[in-house]
Amino acid sequence: MTTTTPSSVGSGLDRVEGLDKVTGRARYAFEYSPRDLAYAVPVQAAVARGEIRAVDVDAVLKYPGVIAAIWYGNAPRLASDDGGELAVLQSPRVAYRGQYIGVVVAETLQDAREAAGLVRVEYAAERHDVELRADHPGLYRPEVVNPDFPADVEQGDPDAALAAAPIVVDAVYSTPAEHNNPMEPHATVAAWDGDGLTLHDSNQGASAVRDTVAALFGMPPANVRVISPHVGGGFGSKGLPHPHVVLAALAAKQVGRPVKLAVTRQQMFAVTGYRTPTIQRVRLGADAGGRLTAIVHEAFEQSSTIKEFAEQTTVPTRMMYAAPDRRTTHRLVRLDVPTPSWMRAPGETPGMFALESAMDELAIACRLDPVELRIRNEPETDPESGLPFSSRNLVACLREGARRFGWAGRDPAPGVRRRGRLLVGTGVAASTYPVYRRPSRASVRAEPDGRFTVRIAAADIGTGARTVLTQIAADALRAPVDRVRVEIGDSALPTASLAGGSMGTASWGTAVVRACEALLEELDRRGGDLPAGGVEADADTSEEIRGQRRFARHAFGAQFAEVGVDVDTGETRALRLLGVFAAGRIVNPKTARSQFVGGMTMGLSMALLEESVMDREFGDYLNHDLAQYHVAACADVRDIEALWVEEDDPHLNPMGSKGIGEIGIVGTAAAIANAVHHATGVRIRDLPIRLDKLVR
Amino acid sequence: MRPFAYRRATDARAAVAALSEQPNAMYLGGGTNLVDLMRLGVIAPEALVDVTRVASDTVEETAGGGLLIGAGVRNSDLAAHPVVRRRYPMLAQAVLSGASGQIRNMATVGGNLLQRTRCSYFQDVSKPCNKRQPGSGCPAVEGDHRNLAIIGHSAACVATHPSDMAVALAALGTSVHVEGRHGARQVTMPGLHRLPGGEPDRDTVLDPGDLITAVELPALPFAARSRYRKVRDRASFAFAVVSVAAALDVAGGVVRDCRIAFGGLAHVPWRAELAEEALRGSPATEAEFARAADAELARARPLPENGFKVPLTRNVLVRTLTELAETP
Repeated sequence: MTTTTPSSVGSGLDRVEGLDKVTGRARYAFEYSPRDLAYAVPVQAAVARGEIRAVDVDAVLKYPGVIAAIWYGNAPRLASDDGGELAVLQSPRVAYRGQYIGVVVAETLQDAREAAGLVRVEYAAERHDVELRADHPGLYRPEVVNPDFPADVEQGDPDAALAAAPIVVDAVYSTPAEHNNPMEPHATVAAWDGDGLTLHDSNQGASAVRDTVAALFGMPPANVRVISPHVGGGFGSKGLPHPHVVLAALAAKQVGRPVKLAVTRQQMFAVTGYRTPTIQRVRLGADAGGRLTAIVHEAFEQSSTIKEFAEQTTVPTRMMYAAPDRRTTHRLVRLDVPTPSWMRAPGETPGMFALESAMDELAIACRLDPVELRIRNEPETDPESGLPFSSRNLVACLREGARRFGWAGRDPAPGVRRRGRLLVGTGVAASTYPVYRRPSRASVRAEPDGRFTVRIAAADIGTGARTVLTQIAADALRAPVDRVRVEIGDSALPTASLAGGSMGTASWGTAVVRACEALLEELDRRGGDLPAGGVEADADTSEEIRGQRRFARHAFGAQFAEVGVDVDTGETRALRLLGVFAAGRIVNPKTARSQFVGGMTMGLSMALLEESVMDREFGDYLNHDLAQYHVAACADVRDIEALWVEEDDPHLNPMGSKGIGEIGIVGTAAAIANAVHHATGVRIRDLPIRLDKLVR
Repeated sequence: MRPFAYRRATDARAAVAALSEQPNAMYLGGGTNLVDLMRLGVIAPEALVDVTRVASDTVEETAGGGLLIGAGVRNSDLAAHPVVRRRYPMLAQAVLSGASGQIRNMATVGGNLLQRTRCSYFQDVSKPCNKRQPGSGCPAVEGDHRNLAIIGHSAACVATHPSDMAVALAALGTSVHVEGRHGARQVTMPGLHRLPGGEPDRDTVLDPGDLITAVELPALPFAARSRYRKVRDRASFAFAVVSVAAALDVAGGVVRDCRIAFGGLAHVPWRAELAEEALRGSPATEAEFARAADAELARARPLPENGFKVPLTRNVLVRTLTELAETP
C-alpha cells in the first residue's frame, strides 16, 4: 500500500508541548489555585515505631490563619481502610519515622508550616528495627514479587550442579536504598464540590489515581476527576498514589475548602517510595568453555510493616541465561522503615547489577572475553517458560557495541593501564527489560476543520509520550502531525494504563491506532460526509491484549563503560559510556535518545553516587536532600552515547515498539563496576563505588 | 509565618550598632547558606542586617605586596581576579571548586568564612545536635560520620568546616579585618575558627556583633607556586571529603618554605604546622613529603567509619607537593 503522507513514526519530531514548557505556560499540579484555597502542611512522626498517645493542638489552633489541625483523633474515617500505606490518619500506630500523622491547614503556606511545627505529639515509642540483614530472623518468602511473579523458581538440582561444576563463582552483592528524585516533587490540589472531588495532581496515571482515591472515599470513580497535564518526572515514584494525595483530599473534605499540599524534597525520603536495599548472593557454575551449568540467585530485601512491596530482583535472571539447573529466590523482611516502591526498572536494576557483575567474574574465571561469554550463553528460547522470544537481539547489541566502543583486542589483565594519575579500565554488561502492554481506551474525533483530536488518559512525565502519540495517531490517520492534537493527563479522558513498566507507548499507542482505524472506517462509511459536529470513534484494547499470542517479549541492550580511577584518591569517574539497545521500532529517535541516555545517566549515578543512608538510631533516611543525596551532576557525565539496532518484531503491537523508559538504567552499574575491576583489580560488590572502597 | 525584620546597613559601624541593639539579629551577605538554614529552621533570626553594600567589593594591592579583599567580594569575582590567579592560584582554585556557578555569583568572602557545617544532624531540627542546641548530644559519633572530622574533634562535636576558600586562606596566613563593638581589629587565620571542645555552638572566635570587613593576604611570593586539590564523591557541586591547599618554595632540591592546610578533616580549616615544620630544610622528595604527612596525621583520631581519610589525606598531600615540586 502506498501512503500520501510521509511516516511520522521514526522521525525526531520536537516535543509538541516543548514551547509551553520552556516559556512557563505549561502548568504543573502545584500551580493550580482554585478560589478560596487553603494550604496543608503535614505533621510527620518523630519515632520509627510506636503509638500516638495524645496530640496537643491547642497552640496550633490559636495560631493566626490556622483553619484546622487534623490527626487520628479527629480525622474523618475513610470508607476503605486496609491499615496500609494509604490509610492516612486512620490509626494511632506509627509504622516508620516521617509517616504522616497529622496535617495543619491554614490560610497561607507559611502559616501552615509554622503551625505544623507547634503540634505536640506524645508517643509510646517502641524499639525499632530498621536494618536489613541476610540473616534477619524475620525474613520470609512473599507470595509473589512485584507485580505478580512467583517468589521462588527452581529447575533441576542446582546444588548438585554447582557441586559438580568445574568453575564456580559464588559472591554476595549489595545495593543500598535509593530514592527517586524527580525534578518536580509530588503535589496535590484537592477540591470537593458536593460529592465530587477534583485533584490537580502530579502522577504517572490519572485513571489509577482516580480509582484508588474513589475507593478510599467510598465513591464511584466517576465522582473523582484527576487532572495532570504536565508532570516533572516520576521514575516510578508517582506510579501509585502516595499518602499525600489522600491527606490532601481528606483535609479538603474536613475544612470544606480546596487544599493545596506540596511534598517537600525532605519528605520525599519518607513518604513517596524508594528502591529497597538488596543483598544478593549469586552462584554460577560453568564448564571449562564458559557454558553455564547452574545459576542460583538469591535476594534479600525489605518492606515496611504496613505494606508488602517485594522487589522482583532475581526475576530477570530467569530469562537472561539458560542452564539445566537453576534457582531464583526472594526473601523479604518487614522493618520499621518507609514503604519501598517502584524506582526505574524495579527488579532489573539491582538484580542485573549482581548477575552481570557475576558474569564478569565468571568470564575472568574461565579466561574468556566477557562479550564472548555472554554470546556463548545466549539461549534459543526463554529458559523459564520455553516460549520463543518475539525477538532477542542481545548478541547484535553486544557485537555492535564492541565494534563501536573499540573493544577488540582488549587486554583482560586488571590494574595495568595508566593514563597519568588514572588507572583506566573497560567493562561490559547486558541490559534487559520486559515488554508489557495493558488494556487502554482511546477516542479520536475528526473535527469539521480537518483536524483530529485524540483523547486518552495517558501521562507524559517528561518522556515525550504526548509527542509520540501525536506521531502514532498522525500515521494511523494518514494525516500530517500538525493536524493532530492529543489530549492526555486527565481522568475524564478515556481510561488508560499507567506510565510505568515501560509500557506507555505500547499500551496507549495500540488504543490510539485502533481508535484511528475505527474513525477512518467510519469516515469511509460516510463517504467523506462529515457532520457539523465532527465524527468520533473509540477503541478499547482489552480483548486484543487478552488474545495476543504467547511469546517471551523483552528488550535487550549492551552497555560498555570506560572508567578512570585516581590512584591517589580512589575517585572514580565514568570517562565513556556506550549503550546499544534492541527495542523494536523506535518511534521518535530524539525522545528515545533522551530516555536511553537518561536511564544510563541514572545508572551511572547509581554506580558511583546514590545511597540513602539509614540512621540506625532514629530510623529514617538521613541524607534527605539533594546536597547530601548525590545524584550525578553534569560534570560526572562526560561522554555518553546511546544507539539502537534495527529490530523488526511483528509480535508486539501496531507500532512494532518495545518500551524504552527503563532499559537504559539496567546494566549500567555492572558495566561500570566491571570496568573498575579492570582498571584496578578491585572488585566492588557493594554499591555505590565510592572512593573509600578504593583508596589505599 | 515567622516574621523577621530586614534592614540594609549603610556603613560598618552602623551595621555593628544595629546588631548590638537587637540580640537575635544576623548579618546577611549572599544568603546562600543563611537562607537555607532559616528555611530548615536551624536558625530563626528576628532581624537580618544586609551588609552587602557595607563591605567593600573590591580587591586592592597593599603597600606590603599583599592583597586586601573586601568581605563583600563575590566568590566568582575573587576566583576570576587576575592577581589572585597569578599570585595565589590555590585561592582561585579553592573558590572555583566550591558550590556552583550560581551560588558563587551570590556568595561573599565574609559569608563564605562564616558558613556552617553541613553535618546532617546539625541541619535536621528533629534530631539532637550540640552545635545547634548545646547539651542535646551528638548522634554523629555513633551514627553517620563518614564525611566528618578525624582531627581536633571532641566528644561533643565531630563536625567539619565546609569552606574550600577558608582552607586556602588558612594556608596563606590571612589577616581577617573585623569591625566590632569596641572598634576595628584583626584576627589571623588560622585562628578565626575554633575547635569544638565543649562549646561546639561557637564556630569562631568572633564576638556577637563582629562584622568581617575584609581579608588581607600577606605578600608570599612562593604562593605563586601553589595548588588546591579537592577530593570529592561527586565531580562537581559537592563538599570536600578531603582537600589540601599547599604552596611550596623549593631551591636546589630542598624545601625552603611551605604552607599547607587541609579541608574536610576538622572543625576548622586545618593548618598543618607539624607537616610544614617537618618539611622545611628537607629534600623535596616523595619520601619526605610522606614523612611530613605522617607527622601531621599522627594526631588524627578517626571515627569508626572515616578512617579512610587518613591514607586519603596522606596520598593527596604527597601528590600535591610532588606536583608542585615538579612545576617549573
